[in-house]
Amino acid sequence: MSVIIESPRSRKRSGFNLEKYGWMYMRLSGVLLIILIFGHLFANLMVGDGIHAINFAFVAGKWADPFWQVWDVTMLVLALIHGTNGMRTLVNDYAEREWIRRTLVWLLWITCVTLIVVGILALTTFDPCGDQASLDLLAKDGANVAALCAAH
Amino acid sequence: MANRPAGTLYRGKVGMWSWVLHRITGVAIFFFLLVHVLDTALIRIDPAGYDAVMATYKTWYIGLGETGLVAAILFHALNGVRIILIDFWRKGAKFQNVMFWVVIGLAILLFAGFAPRHLINVFSHI
Ligand code: HEM
Repeated sequence: MSVIIESPRSRKRSGFNLEKYGWMYMRLSGVLLIILIFGHLFANLMVGDGIHAINFAFVAGKWADPFWQVWDVTMLVLALIHGTNGMRTLVNDYAEREWIRRTLVWLLWITCVTLIVVGILALTTFDPCGDQASLDLLAKDGANVAALCAAH
Repeated sequence: MANRPAGTLYRGKVGMWSWVLHRITGVAIFFFLLVHVLDTALIRIDPAGYDAVMATYKTWYIGLGETGLVAAILFHALNGVRIILIDFWRKGAKFQNVMFWVVIGLAILLFAGFAPRHLINVFSHI
């Protein structure tokens, strides 16, 4: 006589499974981040003078272009959530006391949201032509101030 | 060693070390990102301060650190693709070992494209 294994041995869980979406998010954001981060590194470090060219005027030039604005905000949001959720995995693995684990996970998400808000505010309210000191700095950094401020 | 345990599929092998490296690089990139978002956001409140911070990015020691950071990102990103393939590709688990060495090979190749360019930029201006 054969052994009868009752079926189903584990019921299929229905409903919303947050851990599963977190798992999928890590993979989906990972794929997108390859394009976003490699493009970011190429544009900032490989082209022209690379790191040596980066200053106030360089960023003002990039953020005059909606293309780089969307690029940077997307990268900011995807990378911070990916990194924070990854760090949450480590905290879950290594924190031994429940209250420490919970506190650290809260701290991670508070940091994540704060930096996303700070980053988006910095980019969206950025005005490199708003005052004389900024205009002087643009000129000192070697920007074509008239063209740049016309674009902003 | 004579009486070495026959071993497991995982411990001490590529599976374990790729995981360790993925974890360490992930944490390193995370902490860099925290700093990097703040130093970039500084541009909104203090443009001259931003240029001052960027001046430190142009020193040889931060330049070297950034070279290491890019190496970490290259490994993490490529090994991330390997993880995704293990999860979703039917033969992923079977080829995880080969794929690790492909990851290392590609990372070295891309790093060889990046490092000279970056280091020349760093060291030709100090
Ligand atoms: C460049 C593209 C990237 C790809 C393809 C990628 C891919 C992945 C994948 C597939 C995982 C595994 C998730 C899991 O096991 O559920 C992971 C984990 C992780 N990633 Fe990324 N990632 C990328 C960028 C980043 C960035 C920018 C950060 C930091 C801000 C980061 C930090 C982490 C951390 C901390 C973990 C957790 C490691 C662990 O659980 O051991 N990654 N990544």
